[in-house]
Amino acid sequence: MSDPNPAEAPTETKTPGRTRYLIPLFVFLIMAGFLLKGLFMDPRHIPSVLINKPAPEFNLPTLYNPEKLISKAGMKGKVWLLNVWASWCGACRAEHQVLNEIARMGIVDIIGLDYKDEAADGKRWLAQLGNPYTEVLVDKSGRTGIDFGVYGVPESFLIDGEGVIRHKFTGPLYYPDIKEVLIPKLNEIKGEGK
Amino acid sequence: MKLFKTVAFIGLFLISGFAGATALSSYTFEDKAEEQAFRELTAKIRCLVCQNQSLADSDAELASDLRREVYALWKEQKSEDEIVDFLVSRYGDFVLYDPPFKPSTYFLWFGPLFLLLIGAYVLSRALKSKTEDKEVELTEADQQRLKALLEDDNDNQETTK
Repeated sequence: MSDPNPAEAPTETKTPGRTRYLIPLFVFLIMAGFLLKGLFMDPRHIPSVLINKPAPEFNLPTLYNPEKLISKAGMKGKVWLLNVWASWCGACRAEHQVLNEIARMGIVDIIGLDYKDEAADGKRWLAQLGNPYTEVLVDKSGRTGIDFGVYGVPESFLIDGEGVIRHKFTGPLYYPDIKEVLIPKLNEIKGEGK
Repeated sequence: MKLFKTVAFIGLFLISGFAGATALSSYTFEDKAEEQAFRELTAKIRCLVCQNQSLADSDAELASDLRREVYALWKEQKSEDEIVDFLVSRYGDFVLYDPPFKPSTYFLWFGPLFLLLIGAYVLSRALKSKTEDKEVELTEADQQRLKALLEDDNDNQETTK
């Protein structure tokens, strides 16, 4: 009879208590929101730390003339797109038509970086699919690729006249990228007079 | 036949465990301790191609290239921090399995502690309100009502029987 528990029953605690039970639901919804967003993110896309930083130094032979070396300093004053590709890379084949289109439009010089490839295979590839590159550099060991933070071909870097990396395309370029990303970025660089 | 398949499967499974061990076998070290230290360093670094494998374990082409670079720096007597900086400056913090401690990761590092504190607060509140309930003193009127309710309840139980 002296048990005080039944005293809890009166209506006083009812109104403030109601909303309290909704707190776990809200916490759950917030967490679910984050997890849902995670479903639509690509874990393979790793943002580059090199954006707006000077491009790494390189000094590499060219595909058609191994005697001719091109270095970063040699590209100074030019806005160019460095496209890392290889003849063994499937996605590069899909991307190649987009590169041909950019070359046809003549909006930016594309320098190829034939990454860990055989020279003969690289040449055959370009003979077959067309050559959108003003120069093709050869990175046989993959060492320059490491300096650029390349972790999967194809990747492309837009580099301004000061030698600063302004944008990185991870994975193949698609046609919409030309209008939506490349041209606006090029205009931005042009606006700065670099 | 079924037994053979099971044995073969287990055998393959065991062999796959050694695959990681072979990744470093092409490098030479002064002694076991140095090899162990090198293994520990490369185990802290993520392979960017197969992201759930460390540099020490991965057979990816890029991983073997990066192992070569790390080994070269290692042999140049570079410190662990210098080697880690070499990788982070190219690939970002993502190459490290342990996120570094800096303003952008404070939430990551302190988040669990923060949640724990909230939990502790909620728990202490809950416990406190429970002990307070016990000390509720019933007024005369409450006692009367309580008695009436209990009797009412007893009556109900009897009628339902």
